[in-house]
Amino acid sequence: MIRIENLHKSYVTGLNKLHVLKGIDLDIRSGELVSVMGSSGSGKSTLLNIIGILDNYDQGNYILDNLLIKEMSEKKAALLRNKYIGFVFQSFNLISFKNAMENVALPLYYQKVSLKKRNLAAMEFLDRMGLKEWATHHPSELSGGQKQRIAIARALITKPKIILADEPTGALDTATSYEVMEIFKEINDLGITVIIVTHEKDISEMTNKIIRLKDGFIESINGEKLLVDEYEKEYSHV
Amino acid sequence: MFDIDKWQEIFSTIKKNKLRTFLTGFSVAWGIFMLIILLGSGKGLQNGVETQFKQDAVNSIWLWPGQTSKTYKGYSLGRRIQFTNDDYDQINNKIDGVEEISARFFTRGSGTIAYKNEYGAFDIISCHPGYQKIENASMKEGRFVNDIDIFKYRKVTTIGLKVAEALFKEEDPIGKYLNVNGIPFMVVGVFTDPNERDMTRIYIPVSTAQRIFNGGNKLHRLTFTTNKSAEASEQLIADVRKDFAKRHHFDPEDDQAVFIHNTLKEFKQFQNLFAGIRIFVWIVGIGTIIAGIVGVSNIMMIVVKERTKEIGIRKAIGASPASIIGLVLLESILITSVAGYVGLVLGVGLLEVLSSAMESVPFIKDPQADFSVAIKATLLLIFSGAIAGFVPANRAARIKPIVALRDE
Repeated sequence: MIRIENLHKSYVTGLNKLHVLKGIDLDIRSGELVSVMGSSGSGKSTLLNIIGILDNYDQGNYILDNLLIKEMSEKKAALLRNKYIGFVFQSFNLISFKNAMENVALPLYYQKVSLKKRNLAAMEFLDRMGLKEWATHHPSELSGGQKQRIAIARALITKPKIILADEPTGALDTATSYEVMEIFKEINDLGITVIIVTHEKDISEMTNKIIRLKDGFIESINGEKLLVDEYEKEYSHV
Repeated sequence: MFDIDKWQEIFSTIKKNKLRTFLTGFSVAWGIFMLIILLGSGKGLQNGVETQFKQDAVNSIWLWPGQTSKTYKGYSLGRRIQFTNDDYDQINNKIDGVEEISARFFTRGSGTIAYKNEYGAFDIISCHPGYQKIENASMKEGRFVNDIDIFKYRKVTTIGLKVAEALFKEEDPIGKYLNVNGIPFMVVGVFTDPNERDMTRIYIPVSTAQRIFNGGNKLHRLTFTTNKSAEASEQLIADVRKDFAKRHHFDPEDDQAVFIHNTLKEFKQFQNLFAGIRIFVWIVGIGTIIAGIVGVSNIMMIVVKERTKEIGIRKAIGASPASIIGLVLLESILITSVAGYVGLVLGVGLLEVLSSAMESVPFIKDPQADFSVAIKATLLLIFSGAIAGFVPANRAARIKPIVALRDE
């Protein structure tokens, strides 16, 4: 489903150039439940943004569903995002002046689905999340867990192949976090690839595959070290 | 363009931001309102002045005699010039570009005019048939003084509507005899005139007046209309002056011997003045609208900034740059058009109120912006909405979703 080869990405801010991803090789098969871990600045969010076609990269290849994603026009990128990928964010990113149902239905608007049909679909997905009664409420009237479930419903409504979640439990308490993770698992059981970026160990342990990033490299996959620590390398002969 | 969903999107955004939308719209509405008021009052002033002009023919040239102010070929200074029938014939037959012509012989003072027991003092004007066009008079009944009346020295008269009302009351005046300074004149017509005061006149044939009042072949005024342009009419006047100078023996450079007044030139000058005023009004009006556009653009810019995150979300879930541009642009056009339309309606409304309130004010008549102006203003509005929305929309489209999502 996702193949990444020797991916490089750097940010230029003024005169400084920050090399964030320094050659990532990664394979994620269809239907995997993956977590990406790493301390802040390890490049995990950047990697997620590139996978989500929200950001471009400098070097290497990113192949999504046998399609090379490279130097894409914004229009094409938008189309692919809409078709393949559902996003879930830490800060929910719901549109404040739209109610729950309208928020969930929005991706279908960009697929030119008629109002009636998309509202019907939105209600169905809200029902699945157990939020049918909250359909006409605005995000400000909902709890964090409810908001995140609405965001997940929104991500699911286009029936994407991949769900990308950037710290989806970062703004939630532990109990709610676990509830949300249960939802992700259920989604994964339907065959959708789920990639979760997190820095919480207990969250990552609920996934099947844990990718650890460090300083722009993949440090380990499922605990198997790929990267030899610079420190260790230097002193291994001692 | 006519995508219901898109409009619903826009309306929901507008509904959430009523105050902002109102303030944005207000600046545009104000601009259009001012433009309409300015154009309307300009038009009103023009209408008023033109109406004053049109009480008489606007292409008429008036001649009246004066005294020589220069010695010429042995003739002394201060000599009075006297017009005669020859002058009338000369202009009528020899000068090119003359349409209607009339001379006047002045009867002394205003006459006492009586019918049965009704009396009144009215102006007695002696004239040729051409005078009807010169005065812009139109017949209500009967006919104007005609050539046969002149030729046969008939004692007939065409009377103003006010005279008819004052003397004849309910009676039909045609065929009745009026007593003019003791002499009976048969009424052959009743006329109306755009100028109220002119309707208190009676017109009699100039030849009859000359005979009755011992005028010989003397005349006091010559008036004619011309089909020439304003510039050519000046040449015509120069020719007439040269011709008069030759026959009346005065210096062609002497501008005191014969006075010539050209209403055509004056009318053209006024028309030019109003063309100038119109241009000025448009400049001021468009300036006001530009201020409105800048206002809208500015506010839309802030809106885009405020909505950076929302735009980012939309992009993340599949909005193309074009749909984002459409969203901002259409919102801008919608606000500008609706607000501008409100300004238009209010402006036209106020002009209507002013129009009826100022009916009695001279020099202002029908202050209104006409339909073509409304159309132009509408197009201007849509255009300005697009201009106002363009920069912010473009900026919105270039927002990278990733940057937008980080924006807190």
